[in-house]
Amino acid sequence: MDLSTLSAAELVKRLSSGELTAESCTESFLERIKDRDSSLNSFVSTAESAISAAQAIDERRSTGQAVGALAGLPVAVKDGICTAGIATTAGSRMLEKFVPAFDATMVKQLLSADAVVIGKTNMDEFAMGSSTENSFFGVTKNPWSDQHVPGGSSGGSAACVAADLAPVSIGSDTGGSIRQPAAFCGITGLKPTYGRVSRFGLIAFASSLDQIGPMARSAEDCGLVMNVISGHDSNDSTSAKNDVPDFTQTLNDSLKGLRIGICKEHFGEGLDSEIESAVNESVKVLESLGAETVEISLPHTPYAVATYYVIAPCEASSNLARFDGVRYTHRAATAKDLTEMYCQSRAEGFGEEVKKRIMLGTYALSSGYYDAYYLKASKVRRMIKHDYDSAFEKVDLILGPTTPTTAFKIGEHTQNALAMYLADIYTVSANLAGVPAISIPCGLTSAGMPVGLQLQARSFDEASLLRVAHQFQLQTDWHTRRPNA
Amino acid sequence: MSETFTSPQFDQATRDAVSNDDVTVIIGLEVHVQLDTESKLFCGCSTEFGAPPNTQTCAVCTGMPGSLPVINERALQLSIKTGLALNCEIARYTKWDRKNYFYPDLPKGYQISQFDKPICGQGYLDITAPKGEFEPRRVELERAHLEEDAGKSMHDESQRGGNSKIDLNRTGTPLLEIVTKPDMRSPAEARAFLTELKLILTYIGVSDCNMQHGNLRCDGNVNLHIKVGGEKIATPIVEIKNMNSFRAAERALGYEAGRQLKLWKQNGKTIADAPKQTRGWNDADQVTTPQREKEESADYRYFPDPDLIAVTIEESEIESIKKEIGRLPAQWRELLIKEHGLKPYDAGVMVGQGAEVVEYFLVVAQGCGNSKMASNWVGQEVLRFLNESGEAIDAYPVSADQMTELLTKVNAGELDQTRAKEVLQEMIDSKIEVQAAMDKLGIKAVDNSEIESLCRQLIDENPDVIQQIKDGNGKAVGALIGKSRKLNPNANPGLVKDTILKMIGA
Repeated sequence: MDLSTLSAAELVKRLSSGELTAESCTESFLERIKDRDSSLNSFVSTAESAISAAQAIDERRSTGQAVGALAGLPVAVKDGICTAGIATTAGSRMLEKFVPAFDATMVKQLLSADAVVIGKTNMDEFAMGSSTENSFFGVTKNPWSDQHVPGGSSGGSAACVAADLAPVSIGSDTGGSIRQPAAFCGITGLKPTYGRVSRFGLIAFASSLDQIGPMARSAEDCGLVMNVISGHDSNDSTSAKNDVPDFTQTLNDSLKGLRIGICKEHFGEGLDSEIESAVNESVKVLESLGAETVEISLPHTPYAVATYYVIAPCEASSNLARFDGVRYTHRAATAKDLTEMYCQSRAEGFGEEVKKRIMLGTYALSSGYYDAYYLKASKVRRMIKHDYDSAFEKVDLILGPTTPTTAFKIGEHTQNALAMYLADIYTVSANLAGVPAISIPCGLTSAGMPVGLQLQARSFDEASLLRVAHQFQLQTDWHTRRPNA
Repeated sequence: MSETFTSPQFDQATRDAVSNDDVTVIIGLEVHVQLDTESKLFCGCSTEFGAPPNTQTCAVCTGMPGSLPVINERALQLSIKTGLALNCEIARYTKWDRKNYFYPDLPKGYQISQFDKPICGQGYLDITAPKGEFEPRRVELERAHLEEDAGKSMHDESQRGGNSKIDLNRTGTPLLEIVTKPDMRSPAEARAFLTELKLILTYIGVSDCNMQHGNLRCDGNVNLHIKVGGEKIATPIVEIKNMNSFRAAERALGYEAGRQLKLWKQNGKTIADAPKQTRGWNDADQVTTPQREKEESADYRYFPDPDLIAVTIEESEIESIKKEIGRLPAQWRELLIKEHGLKPYDAGVMVGQGAEVVEYFLVVAQGCGNSKMASNWVGQEVLRFLNESGEAIDAYPVSADQMTELLTKVNAGELDQTRAKEVLQEMIDSKIEVQAAMDKLGIKAVDNSEIESLCRQLIDENPDVIQQIKDGNGKAVGALIGKSRKLNPNANPGLVKDTILKMIGA
């Protein structure tokens, strides 16, 4: 029986009915990873403990004990999220040998729902990148084309789901790091509202923007995971106390009367025409389901990328100061004194992109520059947030393309940082405003590469995103298309 | 500061002619107080002093990747309490900022502190000199902000290249940094400020202020304003670190003031000619020495900590904390002076011993109905014992109730002062109560007929002395009192004296 193409919902059903054991399910995905991931490189490591964890779940189920909502479901977790006893590298040489002593809150939640963590996925170092080319552990390839990047920074989490090496995965999104690779790899990826999922245990890139979320082949599967990982965490001061709905309960509610705003700033210069027409076709599908569409404006959109590339590096420059060679990090062997130890350890341990952003952030926070950069960016951020508040007075959702282009070629943008940064042009605003956003597959280009549709909603209204995405996926089959294996 | 200072060059003769009267010492202080919380500022680790290195740590206070801080509400409450006691404006909105710098005992590479929205804004503290060394002064406070402490580094001082050791037990303990304006005008004022501050902090119970444990640390900023040639110049500001006791602070500031005057007389350099310098107090040699300057001036790149949310403080919370404060030392002094007739100096000494001593005194004063007597006994007998033994009042062997009983007997004439002190000593030595001590010493009441027969005997046996008294030498009666004591130690000397004088009609 080929389990690899089954949805998470279907796997959970079969596991629950006893048709499938957690052990065989886990084994089957681990086998597939062993067979196929050497060329793809979506995993940094696989979890040796997965089989015994699966056996323990089977044992409990067979003896009539209660099991969790995801009992036996294999899950791949981005390697920037702490897993107790399992190496967590954040894609960096700096943390090559780092094994956390604790599980991230959200990993704990997965484990208490009896999901099985099967491995840790590759990523741009410290989540800084849009291509997963900036990993100390090598480039991850796009399952649709080995010449192309899978997007990033959660490129490993996207690629493994697209290649059917895991039914669901966990990513993190600071400026588009779940949605952009989901779009590039033809899967569904949700960035929840800031504060919806605990950040405790997520190795911070930019604390005010980072958010953990699910990546899967369908909105329904994302909802399944969201039910487990959402909610307040007393260990994360920024985590929200809002009630968590059952995200799978409202998937089939009608879209009649739903107002969708088409963001005009997301259809300008630089947008690939094939993406534009795929998105326009999607609008028709949603209209046919009873949604009303109206053009809206997020006027400060042109400043979003610049704002993001001030705030994120500022926070990163401070967040990454703890990687100093003193304790668990890489330490240079040849340093003769403290200053040398700092300088050499960090020079060797960090990759180029990380160093660049630390320098950007350090500069922008420096005395005499703070007002012009960090403070100014914080003000623009408030204006961007205000744009959303105004828009959501008129509409329930905001629609547009996830990315201006489909997956680019490996190496294509490595010498052109600006082109790389523009890959985030439609996604960064949701992080700056803190609102939830989802990317779903909505087409294939003539070259056969997936296209992503982005939907954004009011804070804490992930349910609407999942409902619209699910209704769209009932009408279309883009999310079921698979790369030629 | 609104004053502006010129930087004229004065010649050597002019500088030499400057006298001490032309010099004003300007002192500001920064005091770090460890707040008395059970757990650290952003995690649940214990703050107890003296545990083996690195045993009171967790992922949060050691800055492990992925860990996040959560504020300790108790630290906020103690900060507000301190601010209220120091007459500070309490912020309705306060937030957290990161102070970024690299050091091995700072595991996150930044310290969580408060930059532009401290929990306590401007306030003041009034200081007085118990013996009149200076005029009473109001020292304005700039602010007080909450921050986490760093860890402790221990370096190999042998120069043999041993590894440095780091203890992170202290990392993350809550510190309140209290910053004064440059309002003190002498080292004695600075010491008085520190003494009064510590007294307030211990009275309101926010810190034990134990300097040996580093729970109260103090840095001083000092320079001189010099009137010269009709103008006023300022010497370069020096920050003095490592002042480990109030005595050391007074000496360090005094030394530094003298050093700056001497240096200015030598080189004439003013605040405009030299940046702020950091010097350390060397207690062994009683000098300040330059501390190694950082290669470039530190830029801490403060910015709001995105892992923490800003704190809004409600008026109702401030009001309820206000109710917990109780009387402050200055108010206690006033009460003792006004309602119990203590002299200001005595009231200062009593209050300076801490709230428990004051409470002990009040119980005794009210119980025996004689504040002056209670003040004498507590101020002399009790405090002498505490000073000699180094114990706190709760270790004093005689309870306030027993002291009350003892003094009530003195007040009623049942015991004279000398006998009462013997009784007190017996109570302390044998750990017994008043009556038992009196019994042990054979003290019992002497009735009037016994007194009269005793006096008759004394008059009969000492005609010479009686004659002297009759001749107008009143003091001669003292000799009879001494003899009375030998005949019957329980006889009240005052009563014996009065009875004798009455009998001989003098």
